[in-house]
Amino acid sequence: MPDFLLSRRGLLTAAAALPFAGLPLAVGHSARADIFPAESLVLENGLTVVVTTNRRVPLVTQLLLYRVGAADELPGKSGVAHFLEHLMFKGTRRHPTGVYSDAVAAVGGQENAFTGQDYTGYWQTVPKRSIETVMAFEADRMLNLTLDEAEVLPEREVILEERRSRIDNRPSAQLRAAQLASLFRNHPYGIPIIGWEREMRGLTAEDALGFYDSWYGPQNAILILGGDLDLSEALPIVERTYGGLARRGRDSRRARPREPVSLTARRTELTSPLAAEPQFSRVYLVPHRSELGPGDPEALQLLSMLLGGGNTSRLYRDLVLGRSLALAAGSYDRGEVLDYPTLSLYARPVPGVEIAVLEREIDAQIARFLEEGADATALDEAKDRLQAAAVLVRDDPKTAPRVIGTAMAVGDSLATIQSWPERVAAVTPEQVNALAHRVLQPRRSVTGILHPERPAL
Amino acid sequence: MKTLPLLPLLAALLAVGLPARAIEIREVVSPGGIEAWLVEDRSNPILAISFAFEGGAAADPAGKEGRANLAAALLDEGAGELDAAAFRGELERRSIDISFDTTRDSLYGTLVTLTDRRQRAGELLAMALTEPRFDGEAVERIRRQVMSTLARRQHQPDARAAEALQASLFPGHPYGRPSRGTPESVAALETTDLEAYVAERLARDNLTVGVVGDIAAEELGPYLDALFGRLPERAAPLAVEQTRVQAAGQRQTVNLPVPQSSIMLAQQGPLRDDPDYYALAVVDEVLGGGGFSSRLYDEVREKRGLAYGVWSSLRPMDKAGIWYAGTSTQTGRVGEAVAVIQQVWRELAAEGPTDEEIGQAVNYIAGSFLLSLSSSEAIATTLVKIQDLDLGIDYIDRRQQIYESLTPEEIRAAARRWLKPEALAIAIAGAPTGPDAATDAETPAVLETD
Repeated sequence: MPDFLLSRRGLLTAAAALPFAGLPLAVGHSARADIFPAESLVLENGLTVVVTTNRRVPLVTQLLLYRVGAADELPGKSGVAHFLEHLMFKGTRRHPTGVYSDAVAAVGGQENAFTGQDYTGYWQTVPKRSIETVMAFEADRMLNLTLDEAEVLPEREVILEERRSRIDNRPSAQLRAAQLASLFRNHPYGIPIIGWEREMRGLTAEDALGFYDSWYGPQNAILILGGDLDLSEALPIVERTYGGLARRGRDSRRARPREPVSLTARRTELTSPLAAEPQFSRVYLVPHRSELGPGDPEALQLLSMLLGGGNTSRLYRDLVLGRSLALAAGSYDRGEVLDYPTLSLYARPVPGVEIAVLEREIDAQIARFLEEGADATALDEAKDRLQAAAVLVRDDPKTAPRVIGTAMAVGDSLATIQSWPERVAAVTPEQVNALAHRVLQPRRSVTGILHPERPAL
Repeated sequence: MKTLPLLPLLAALLAVGLPARAIEIREVVSPGGIEAWLVEDRSNPILAISFAFEGGAAADPAGKEGRANLAAALLDEGAGELDAAAFRGELERRSIDISFDTTRDSLYGTLVTLTDRRQRAGELLAMALTEPRFDGEAVERIRRQVMSTLARRQHQPDARAAEALQASLFPGHPYGRPSRGTPESVAALETTDLEAYVAERLARDNLTVGVVGDIAAEELGPYLDALFGRLPERAAPLAVEQTRVQAAGQRQTVNLPVPQSSIMLAQQGPLRDDPDYYALAVVDEVLGGGGFSSRLYDEVREKRGLAYGVWSSLRPMDKAGIWYAGTSTQTGRVGEAVAVIQQVWRELAAEGPTDEEIGQAVNYIAGSFLLSLSSSEAIATTLVKIQDLDLGIDYIDRRQQIYESLTPEEIRAAARRWLKPEALAIAIAGAPTGPDAATDAETPAVLETD
């Protein structure tokens, strides 16, 4: 999905793990969760520090998140946030290229980075005793990145290859990019995180450093330490490594353009020789987060589950199980964003079923849902599943920093994150229905249809 | 003898004391005789069970390719008295995760559940294993999904390159056949074929189990009997021949109209019990392993920007060892990428890795293994693999020492013995014309130059 997070080695890892298995698209809601024990404070230089303790293994994860992402790029410079994320693995004056990564590898650590529309994150997981080392490296590259043109140019080729892997080789991703570009007519979420190819080709070291100087500073960052340490252990190390950093660049308030009122339902159709079979998808623009009330983000998650989240959902039961019209059918929401959440539906028809028929049946299901409203029993079951997810997400100690960090980067407080199960429990059928009526309107949507075209061989 | 310095991570673990979950493995035998390894961990009310039955896609009879894959996909699509909607619905409502996956050699399964509903979770898993229904509706629905996957893979360069390469490596052997089957073979599979797979392979003498989480050994015994006790005692004999990779030095191209081509390469690799296995795992790490520095990564990505990802991987299967590598690059640079990979292979074959590379690779191998043991399911699956490979219950503790005790000289000798750049079999899936040429249909096809 082009609107999904990009990570520096994501595809590589997938390819290395599964040379013979199809690479599944990472679709689905992130298991947002709660009740991670966590404490936070803000340093004098503005750095937000969160420590979430989990002593199951003597390891610590450092996640440094900047409150800046692809949606903060200057016009004409799409892809620069992600390009900079790659270039952050080059060097600083004190630590030339490779020294940091070698140090992480030398203690058997893992590291990577990711870029979203609203944030950019860098993480390492290392043995507890090495945590100060990686914190010192990370603090160093917050302010002291140096770029050598000889390193920058090959890296630009790398991100172009990444774009080919993620978008250009995949018609469903091309279609999704076109849908988002059509959905967002004024807000930058319509631009792919990885960038438009033409603009990516023009990116320079100067562009990357300009973005870096504008945004990378302690007042724009959230440091999350997760694992075998607590705040009292962490604080002296945080002070030694990050405490002396000076503020730099802008503050983290980001005022992005709003979407105008939409009067029109939109369609995008792609006929591609790369497509094996037809595909339906639709994305709805959810009102801006500032226009959502308390509980609405949770109601959105539940609405998505009721419509198309799994085997018990309406779309799956009717189209896949009941009437054998679809090979697959479902929905997913992207609620954890700074500005506009989205709700998406997808389906692939059984061979012989016209895509137009499938679309009509999906519209009929939506109309029925709006008329009947959320089923109280189904809603309770969906809530139970989210409560269970809030426990299951605690299993892997590496998950907590990511969940806490990304939620805080889009403006949630730690208290809000921790109260997630209660907020889910409080959602009423009326609230889900009201949100459904607000969101599921044709004029808020872009429908995408993928048609296969046999290549002329 | 020169040995490697004590690994910092090992030192850290020895100093801190690795918590019980990572080292305290107990062997549990149920009253009914089912064996399992258990890591008890009470930190969360979660139970994860991983298990494997020997015999996967390679056990599919000729003409019935895709049998194991389709059967595994149907195990949780209705069992006992519950049809697919009821069975999957109950799993979903209770947030019980049961999943099955086949490789060429095995069927793997996992169960992850909250403790408070583990009894019902166990009943449902036992039903899936011993009473799968294979209802007509479910068989046709899942068959359509498999056919759809096959159709989509036809358009995916990674899948096409891998499939073409695999076929050339193992002509006439089950390892060379597509493990998901072909449209023809999948269309021809009958319910009796699926039942035969279950009857032949899902048996107690064929089963390995790993358990992690919120359960005591005394509770686990009866639970294991409830899960697996109703399985037949013996599996049918497996008739997969030991083999070696063929296609040395061959190169093939699959035409696909994509802007980015996939390249896969392979040569003979070690079996898991080969005496050179551990030394070669170090060589592979230096060549194209998982860390942020490998020779392929430096040469293909960092220096030349030829690719986003480039990797190598030892793949010891039960009956053959394979050493793979792969990358994806824009069609106009395929020839260059192949040449660079071959050159890296030649240099490493000639001189082997340096002392510094070896030290770093060993540290990475040791540390990343422990880091990968973070979720309960990951640990449970590791317990299964250690048992399947007969590595011993103390393997997690011994593993680092095994790698430490290797000398740089023996690692370099293994590299020289095994790396065969001239024998690399290569498969490329991509377009005969690159994206820049796409506007000019008359441009002659230039895929690569040697």
